[in-house]
Amino acid sequence: MSRYRRRKVVNRTMEVVATLAALVAVTVLVIVVVSVALRGAGALSWDFFFKPQALFGQPGGGIANALVGTILLIALATAMAVPVGVLTAIYLTEFAPKRLAVPIQVVIDVLAGLPTIVIGIFVYALLVIGHTQSGYAGAVSLAIIMLPLVARATQEVLLLVPSTLREASLALGVRRWRTVVGVILPSSVGGILTGTLLAVARAAGETAPLLFTSSIFANTVQTDVTKPLPNIPVLIFTYSEQADPALHEQAWAAALVLMGFVLIASLGAKALLARSRKRLAG
Amino acid sequence: MTFTMAPVIDVAQARREAGPVQREVVFDIQDLAVNYGRATTAISGVDLDIYRNLITAVIGPSGCGKSTFIRCLNRMNDLVPGAKIDGKILYLGEDLYGQGVDPVEVRRRIGMVFQKANPFPKSIYDNVAWGPRVLGMKQDLDERVEKALTGAALWGEVKDRLKKNALSLSGGQQQRLCIARAIAVEPDVLLLDEPASALDPIATSAIEELMHELKRDYTLVIVTHNMQQAARVADLTAFFSLEVDETRRSGVLVEYDATDKIFTNPSDQRTEDYVTGRFG
Repeated sequence: MSRYRRRKVVNRTMEVVATLAALVAVTVLVIVVVSVALRGAGALSWDFFFKPQALFGQPGGGIANALVGTILLIALATAMAVPVGVLTAIYLTEFAPKRLAVPIQVVIDVLAGLPTIVIGIFVYALLVIGHTQSGYAGAVSLAIIMLPLVARATQEVLLLVPSTLREASLALGVRRWRTVVGVILPSSVGGILTGTLLAVARAAGETAPLLFTSSIFANTVQTDVTKPLPNIPVLIFTYSEQADPALHEQAWAAALVLMGFVLIASLGAKALLARSRKRLAG
Repeated sequence: MTFTMAPVIDVAQARREAGPVQREVVFDIQDLAVNYGRATTAISGVDLDIYRNLITAVIGPSGCGKSTFIRCLNRMNDLVPGAKIDGKILYLGEDLYGQGVDPVEVRRRIGMVFQKANPFPKSIYDNVAWGPRVLGMKQDLDERVEKALTGAALWGEVKDRLKKNALSLSGGQQQRLCIARAIAVEPDVLLLDEPASALDPIATSAIEELMHELKRDYTLVIVTHNMQQAARVADLTAFFSLEVDETRRSGVLVEYDATDKIFTNPSDQRTEDYVTGRFG
């Protein structure tokens, strides 16, 4: 077989292998989505969204309390993680001298890779032992998960802002901080929102840290963050361990809701990013 | 502070207006050298004076340190990591690189327009108004914006669409917007780093005409690789060249004189070779 033929065959084979791999990845995802939908869709109803969990042993009930709790937890965590994450990214890209930026970067990357159960146990030791489980402890652990994601995403969009814009502002005799606030942040706000949404999507489904910090909750709507807040991931976890098949179905339905939320958040993030790219390009 | 005109300027002025003229020295540059890192010397041994309300052009082949030179005048090189500046630049008698001099304040008084038009991704109005607003010149902002845009010969073209995004303007309009943005904060000097190199001839001539207007109120320094442009707009021209010997290469100032003299009767052979197109 000539070399030419051989190279052609190798090329063709690799193309097929790569295509198959992509198909496998998509198939797995489709199977997950479809199986969750099939098992959970039956339990979806208005009551499911607007009624709190049923009392033990009683039929019906919904996830309203967990929905409210998850929204509260995420809102709190976002309020903590976004300012710190964005400011960290601003420091790293706009102010930090190289010898400081490199180690901080490493720390952030390590934090991003930290197993969430480690974060959970850390917050448990810090805020739960000696007190009780609480919404804010849960929010702190989620914020720790979100922080590196927000910082990373922000950093990437800040680096996309052309250096000529920085020069233009500095050449006017404007201070660096005002340059950041007036020129750099407005051109990257879309990207920052994108990163935030992705971090929110990620935190929404985190279970391990909440098991430590906000898992023993009432089956009524709870908005007091000093008490454990009901939340969807822990609800899915506990329902799936029950004997009652109706609760299993509710667990699947809750998983479907969570998945839908992550999907919407990701699509929203994508749209925002596209918009901000367009804005910078004119 | 005023100085009697240096002889070089007599030549330029003699052809334009008779009689003795006194010109204030804005920049007194003494033995300026810039190094990037340890290995690279961008320019060395530059001595020259820049006079008020004149246009001084800096010409020379690529890599001779023209941009490095002009960026020293408003301390933009501070932003380049590793850049080291030696020698002295006196701005109205004060050492620009002296202790306690705030580079932000320097840039406030010495504005700059860049090679590539770099308007902010904001509206036309906000591009001009943002600088004054941030710097606390908030009174009569509308008038200030109009004045700056008029000064940059752009008002007529944009007065009906001030709220439009600046990036929707053409390249030449964007560059004039950048000039408007720079003059809106009322600097003392305007540095232009190849302001027309990315523009077509019509937009270029608009910018050149504008420079003649601006000269009444500002001191202008322009870097250009276009010799005809220097000949058309500048009163004084500095010719930089690249000097290469065994150990190092560095941009040097070869000749600084009235523009007419540089282009018609240069004293240095290297200048003559360059302006007659024999190299560069």
